[in-house]
Amino acid sequence: MSLPPFQALLDAHGAAVHRFLVASVGPSEADDCFQEACIAALRSYPRLTHADNLRGWLLRIAQRKVIDAHRARARRPVPVPAAPEREAGATFPPAESIDGQPAVWALVRALPEKQRVAVFLRSAADLSYAEVAEVLGSSQEAARRNVHEGLKRLREEWSA
Amino acid sequence: MTELDRALREAAGGLPATGPPSEALERLYARAEKENLVDVAYAQVDSPLGPLTVAATHRGLVRIAYPERQLDQVLAGLAEAVSPRVLEAPARLDPIRRELGEYFEGRRRRFETPIDWALTRGFFRRVLQATAQIDYGQVRTYSEVAAGAGNVKAVRATGNGLGSNPMPVVVPCHRVVRTGGGLGGYTGGIERKEFLLALERR
Repeated sequence: MSLPPFQALLDAHGAAVHRFLVASVGPSEADDCFQEACIAALRSYPRLTHADNLRGWLLRIAQRKVIDAHRARARRPVPVPAAPEREAGATFPPAESIDGQPAVWALVRALPEKQRVAVFLRSAADLSYAEVAEVLGSSQEAARRNVHEGLKRLREEWSA
Repeated sequence: MTELDRALREAAGGLPATGPPSEALERLYARAEKENLVDVAYAQVDSPLGPLTVAATHRGLVRIAYPERQLDQVLAGLAEAVSPRVLEAPARLDPIRRELGEYFEGRRRRFETPIDWALTRGFFRRVLQATAQIDYGQVRTYSEVAAGAGNVKAVRATGNGLGSNPMPVVVPCHRVVRTGGGLGGYTGGIERKEFLLALERR
């Protein structure tokens, strides 16, 4: 079995991985996460036993780095900027941005882990449900459910 | 489409389209190099013969490819024969880049960069190693090189071995010519062979 040169993976999928990271952790942490993910990928790459869906494989590693970043942030004493408070008659989602990022990302980031990852993979990295399932290590139905429940929750929270 | 869908789509449209900034990639390559995770580093090196793709392992120079070779094919060959951890990490190529620059300016007669023979094997490797011994400005015939590789009769195989040279210029297959003065063939085209021989006669 022959694996493509690692640089070819970066050239083909680096942008999608980076978009997923920018949406998931914000632009200032995305570059560090990208580096961590690529280093981890390089470490295990020669031992990979199949070359199908290398984009999914890279995103799976990136997704673990996102979880690490979220947990590290949760441990940090600095308060996390909260999701925007809803005002009566406000539109959904709020049009304004938080720290220069779309407010909708802040709302997605507040979702439970699996829903959050699934929504970001769908909307930021443009993955099919089959690919989302591969990254999450779940069935396709479960992937679909995670995306739908995540979006439902966002809508419900806002109109509650 | 709901307002939420629209907001998600709009936010996704604002994400960077071209991957991480180049400084972030440079930091990544530097760290990968430091942690010994780059088995093959490559870079493009400008030369009077066109931009060369130059690759090195931890052992040394492993590949020089003329621009006619498809980059993805060259890299796929390295991934297959050496390791799939192939990255465009140009810093490792700085010494050979400098030596090639000096060579093409006529200021260098010998390459110091160590060679990794990983892409060669058997009789072809012996042919190329014999060729590496030919000094700057000198020429040898195919049968002399065949003899140097240990089989004086294998003149045709010697030609094939030289044609397979994965490191032209540095392994000087251009210094091998026909008995009687004909130039013979060259992996990068006969004009390049003439150019290199003329450069070394200056």
